[in-house]
This record gives sequence, structure tokens and C-alpha cells, in this order.
Amino acid sequence: MSRIGKIARRTFLIGSAAIVGGVAFGAYYVNKAIPNPLLDDLKDGEAAITPYVKIDQTGITLITPRADKGQGSYSIQAMMIAEELDVDPTKVTLTPGMPGPAYYNGAVMDEGAPFPAYDESWIAERVRGMMFIPAKLMEMQMTGGSSTVKDGFVKMRLAGAVARETLKQAAAQRTGIARASLQTADGHVVLPDGSTIAYTDLAADAAKMDPVTDVKLRPETEWKLLGKKMDRLDMADKVTGQTVYGIDMAVDGMVYATVRANPGIGGDVLSYDDSAARSLRGVQQIVPISHGIGVIADNTWYAFRAAEALEIEWGAPNYPATTEEIFAELEATVDNEDRFDHRQRNDGDVDAALEAGDVIEVDYRIPFVAHAPMEPMNAIVQVTDDACHIWTGTQIPLFVRNHAADITGLERDQVYVYVLPMGGSFGHKLEDTHVQQAVELAMAVKGTPVKLTWSREEDMTHDYPRPAAVAKARGQVKDGKVETFDLSVAQSSLMTSWFGRLMGPLPGPDATITTGSWDQPFEIPNYRVTGYRAPDMVPISSWRSVGASGNGFLHDSFLDELIHAAGADPLAERIRLCMHEPSRKVLEAVKEMSGWDGPSMGENRGRGVAFCMSFGVPCAQVIEVTNTEGGIKIDKVYSAVDVGTVLDPVNLEAQVFGGVIFGLAHAMNCETTYENHAAQQDNYHVFEGMRLFQTPEIEVQALTNGDKIRGVGEPGLPPAAPALANAIFAATGQRIREMPFNKHIKFV
Amino acid sequence: MKLTVNGTEHEVDVDPDMPLLWVLRDTLGITGVKYGCGIAQCGACTVHVDGAAVRSCQLPISALEGEVTTVEGLSNAETLHAVQEAWLDHQVAQCGYCQSGQIMAAASFLDLNSDPTDAQIDQVMSANLCRCGTYPRIRAAVKAAAAKLNEGA
Repeated sequence: MSRIGKIARRTFLIGSAAIVGGVAFGAYYVNKAIPNPLLDDLKDGEAAITPYVKIDQTGITLITPRADKGQGSYSIQAMMIAEELDVDPTKVTLTPGMPGPAYYNGAVMDEGAPFPAYDESWIAERVRGMMFIPAKLMEMQMTGGSSTVKDGFVKMRLAGAVARETLKQAAAQRTGIARASLQTADGHVVLPDGSTIAYTDLAADAAKMDPVTDVKLRPETEWKLLGKKMDRLDMADKVTGQTVYGIDMAVDGMVYATVRANPGIGGDVLSYDDSAARSLRGVQQIVPISHGIGVIADNTWYAFRAAEALEIEWGAPNYPATTEEIFAELEATVDNEDRFDHRQRNDGDVDAALEAGDVIEVDYRIPFVAHAPMEPMNAIVQVTDDACHIWTGTQIPLFVRNHAADITGLERDQVYVYVLPMGGSFGHKLEDTHVQQAVELAMAVKGTPVKLTWSREEDMTHDYPRPAAVAKARGQVKDGKVETFDLSVAQSSLMTSWFGRLMGPLPGPDATITTGSWDQPFEIPNYRVTGYRAPDMVPISSWRSVGASGNGFLHDSFLDELIHAAGADPLAERIRLCMHEPSRKVLEAVKEMSGWDGPSMGENRGRGVAFCMSFGVPCAQVIEVTNTEGGIKIDKVYSAVDVGTVLDPVNLEAQVFGGVIFGLAHAMNCETTYENHAAQQDNYHVFEGMRLFQTPEIEVQALTNGDKIRGVGEPGLPPAAPALANAIFAATGQRIREMPFNKHIKFV
Repeated sequence: MKLTVNGTEHEVDVDPDMPLLWVLRDTLGITGVKYGCGIAQCGACTVHVDGAAVRSCQLPISALEGEVTTVEGLSNAETLHAVQEAWLDHQVAQCGYCQSGQIMAAASFLDLNSDPTDAQIDQVMSANLCRCGTYPRIRAAVKAAAAKLNEGA
């Protein structure tokens, strides 16, 4: 079905609302065609206006409710509205607006549906289409899951189109010229004689009218902004130091604070001595909070210094004390039928095949890794008798609101969350422990705004990391082909841990344990992927590309092992096994880009290929390495992705660069380990990532064979680690089955 | 204590051990300079002191000698510094948090060596951490800025 057809299948309810001296336009849709008991619970008010465009006499404001953590959400949301509204996005005001249920993200839950993204059968589409209902009910105004474009592609353009046509209608009424004879350009309605009326002049009239809803979205061929090279709207501020991140925000009368919470996450404070801290310059108040102690001071540095001087005796949290104990639990989980979680891939007869013998059997490991964005966690909170104001960079503003209401005892509508740009996140800011701490501190000094900043050490030792995992892989090859592929993955449930903090654990299996491995578009005669659930241990969270960040490595590394064992060409065999056309095309693209003629590139050089489909985006990469005297040098990366439709080619390339580098960095040298319950990596000297001198040349090609539009913030990441491991194998003969790779091999 | 930042003189009353970073950010409200690690590992706090790149998280205010320039003071109101222009042309920033430090490091480096080799760019700019993965564009932007500065020279 064409895209337009899919849009038409839904009923759009369009609204406008009069605001002081102007008008606000929104677009909101529900599928009324499918009776759904969940919808009955929605109050009328929830179908209220979703304002994306506000116009008054003073100017035009576009609302971009998906927060920007660096991936360009802010800019692309404005571009989507502007494409239809005919305004210059550099000449309007952009604001994330106040959080509200109307801004729910219908796309972020899509990949939770029990169908692989390449399955576009009717039933898969129908179930996926319904995923927006739970997202709405759960107040999922969330940025993440590479979903901003996918979610906004129709509704934000539609908001722009409705606003445009309604403004034209207002001009038609005023001038007596039919709406069809009017044009729009650069924030103005253009009359047939070439004269213009500014949107801002028409706003008051438009507010009194029923909005024009019989709009058609412009076809791709008519786009003026989208799909073209564009400058990100946040770029100029970012190169001149003008962007106000959460950590830069200032509120009149605010005091500065930090906390030291139990490094055993969730453990208590048994006792503390603050006498040394209290005597230090600039300290105003020491405040015990949940699981820790806060310091309020005249300056963040005074707060940091005093927090270090606190002597605190910590109680133990309820998870194993060391990484070794945690991995022992994971080892005890994998292939343990008592801990079976789900098996969404089970083709052929794996058991019978394996019994026949000649089994290749290997173990893999994925470590915990922190998110460690450059901007540490921070929030400003002011609590009064009847309101709580929160300024912070967050991916989950409505959960922040709800939690603050719970802590303060205020109603949810008395909590105001002002979302600020984030200095990176990678999933870190899908958490709000720090905001809750700031609320507690603010309650201790009611009326005074408190700016909480975590030190880098507090941030990295209180990160809810990517889950660690243990995997067992078994397989067989026959006649030069991959015949049997069996992967068992064991980890704790990320959805239980993360949602447990947000709103209560999600029931049922946790698909993220095998996301990125069970859902790959390959046909192997005997093909099975099983998820096993370990008990909850260290609290864990979503990390850029979520399940696929680990599973991409597991699945594609083992596939590469089997292909080598079969004596087949790694690229040719992947293409042969691939049954999804857009995926096959990205494999063919990297073959062409890299001039692939096999994994060997002469002495001490080699190349590896890897593929992973994540968030519905197939991505293939070829990586070339040299085994130098100083260690492995990553020379070059070729990456092809298919996002269906490219809206911003410049940022797409940047996002793939980012995904590749994030993937390689952590594969090379990052892990979070635990001793005495505490994360041991507390700053960048022991959590290095990638530096510029290690950065390979990266070539990116975007394909558009997929029939749906998709986001690109994450899909560039999962193939990077396996492509590197596969390249190292090609160059050295050493197969690395555990991240970070520097436990096994040196890097330049 | 007195200090001059972006051409303006300020008088501050703070602990002599307080790093310049926190005097700038919290006492003076100049926030283009960022806190990233506090241990001179990431470079987000890079400013110029008399034109030389300095990690402001490591410099106690009592040890400051010279005039401070932050990213806000790198260019004047009319024209951007060549490095900032190159950053715009190459659409370098993603989250942007490290970029003030990257730009200040690059500006000071090109001031000392306006015709650097690729290896020198890699070496010097490796002192600044970026977690978003903007390195390919940083590399390209530094080269472009160098070319532009040479053109003007």
C-alpha cells in the first residue's frame, strides 16, 4: 500500500484553538475504524488540540516536542512543519513547548510489536499500527528509539498544511478571493496580484474559523526543504556557545547543589559525618535524601568539594557485589529452561540438526557499559506550596512530571517541566533519578530554586548501564553453506528494570533480550534464537540502539564464524542468505563501495563485513583494518543504510558517523565493572572511547528502497562492533567473542 | 580577585582554589565553557589565556595570569572566527556540548601552526573528547579553517 493510502486509513481529527491574540494548530489522529476497548478509557479532553504551530501578531512559533540530545530532532521537526507551512524555519521561534499527553510518541513502541521490522504482512502492520495506543496511554512523550522522524513525518507536516490552508481561508474571507487562487510563501499568503498578507496579520481571523482539514500533503517531488542539503537550525548557537543546555540554565535566586548517592544503587545510608564538609567555604546546607546525601552551596564547585568531604557508611544494595558474581548468574541462566523468556525465531529443526554432529559451539560475552554523555546529569527544581518547576534536559518529560508530583504531593498539573537541549544522552536521559534528588533538595529549601549537578564521577557510577549478557552459539555448515544457527542469549530484563523506575515493571517477555538477533532478515534452514531471563541484578537501562547494541554483535559475529567455517565468502554468503530486498541492497552497496574481493587484503590487513537491521533500518558495514606493531588500526569504514526516505542527508551522514564511532569506541575499550557493588569506571581516563587519531575514514551511502520512513539515530551502531571483530579475524586469524576487544588485542 | 574575560574586567570573591571553570560558569554566568570531566581528560572546559588553550577545570583562579577568552569572545558580533565558520560549513556539532572546547582548541592550535599536517591535526585534536562521533567533520573543519586562514594571510 502506498504511503498516502496508509495515511488515509486513519481518521485525522484536526483542531485549532484561539490563544491570546492568535491561533494554534494541531493534528491529531486515532484509528476509529478498529473498535478498541483501550480507546474507551480516553476522555474527550485527550483528543484535544495538539499544537504544533502557534501564530499571533508578534510572530510564528513552531512546537518541536521531541527533545534534542544531539541527533537533530529539534531541527528536523521544525523542517517537517515548515515544509508545508511555507515559512523560513530560521525566521520563526522554536520551542519544545510544555509536555502534554497530546505529544505522545506513537512510533517509539513500534519495535515492541512481536514482528520483525521487515515483516510487512497485514497482521504485523495491524498490530504495529495499534502500538500507538499503549504509547498514548503510557504518556510516552519520549524521545528515543530513532522515532522522531517516523512519528512526526505525517502529523507534523499535516499540522503545517492545516495551518497554511486555514490562514489562506482567512485571507480568502478578507479579500473575497477564492482560497484556491491564493499561494503561500515565507510566512505570507500571496494574492494573485502579487501582494501579500502576513500570517501574523491573519492569526486573529483564523482563530475564529473552523480549520481547513481537507488538505493534501505535498508529494516528495515538490519538497523545498526536506530531502535537500540543509543546515541544522541549532548549529549556529552551538558553534558560538549560545546554546543553553540544562546545565547552563540559570534561574533567579538559585543555589547550587550536588549529591553523593550510594554507589551500590538503591542501597541506604547507614550513617554519615558531615562535620568536615560543613566547615568548608560556600556550603549552605547538608541534606539527607533517598539513598544519599546532598550538599547545597554557593557554587557547584563548593558543592562538589564538600560532597567529597562527606564521610558516609553505605548499606549494601540487593544485587551481587562483583562483575564475576553477576556473570556467574548469567552463565547459570543461558540455556536454563527454568529461565526461558521467549523464542521468536525457530525455523527448521535445530535440535535434530545439532544431534547429527559436527557442531561449532562457542560462547560470547557483552559487558555492562555506561552512557557517559558529555553533559552530566543536572536539573533545576523550585518547589513552592502550589507548584513545582523543573528545568532539565530529558527524554521523558511526562515521567519527570509524574515523579515530581508523587514526591511533592502536588497534582500533576501543578508540575511544570521546561525541557532544555541535552549535551548528549545515548539513553542516559531516559532516566530521572537526578531530578527526583533535586526535587528532594528543593523541598528542603522551599521557594528557592536548586540547581543540582552530578560530578562526572557521580554520573558514571550512577549510570544505569546497558545490560551485560552471556550467549551460547551453536551451528553447522554443509556444502559450503550455513546450515544451522542457534543462539541463546541470557541477560536481566532491561524493560523490567527501566520501566520499573518509570512506572512499574512491564509484564510478559522482554523482547530486548534478543532484539537485533531474532529479527534479522536471513533464511537459514535451521535457525533459532532464544532469550533467557536472568534475575534482576544491577539496575540497567536503554543504551543507544538498545537490544541491538549487543545482539548485533552476537548475531553477526557468529554468522561470520559459520561462513568462514563453510569456506564461503562473507559478503556473498550473507547476500545469499538474505531474503529481504532492501537489506540485500545495503549489502550489495557496501560490496560496491568497498571494492570487496574477499576478507583478505594482504599481509596484516583484512576486512570484515557485518549487517544488522535495527529500528526497521537495514545497515551493512565493511571495515578495513591493519595489524600494526602497535596494535590494530582501523583504516576505513563503509556503511550503507536504508531509511526509506531521506529528509536531511547532511544529518543522516552525521548520525551514521556517530553510530559507527559509538559502536567502535565501546567495542574497543569500554566496559563498566562492579566491585563491592560499585561501578569501577568513574571518569573518561578509564572509559576512553574513541579519540580523533583513532577515527577511521567513514563513507556513508543512504538507500531508499524501504517503503517506510525510519529514523537513523541508532541503526548505524549495531554492525560496527561485529564488522570490526570480523575484520580483526580476517587480518590476524584471532576471533574475538567478548567486548571490549582490548581485553584480547591491542589497538593503536 | 580580578580577572578579565572576553575584554571585560570582573572582580570576584571566591576560594583561591576554585578552578577558573567554575568561576566562569557559576560566579560570572559565562556558560559557553563546559564541565565534562573535571580531570583534564575531555577538553570541554578549554578556554584561552592570553591566546593559549588552557583546561579551565585544572587552573585555580589564584594561579590565573593573563586575559581569558571563552567561545563567546572568540569572534566579534559581525564576523565569526574562521574556525567557527568552518564548523558551520561542515555542520560539525551534534549535541554540541564538547564543541566550545573543540573550537577553542582548534583556534589556538591554528594560531600556532596555521599549516598543520593531517597527523598534527589528529594528534592535537585528540586531546578533546567527543561522544557523539563528530570527529570526521572536526578533522575536515580544522583543515578548511587552516586553508582559509592561510588564504587570508
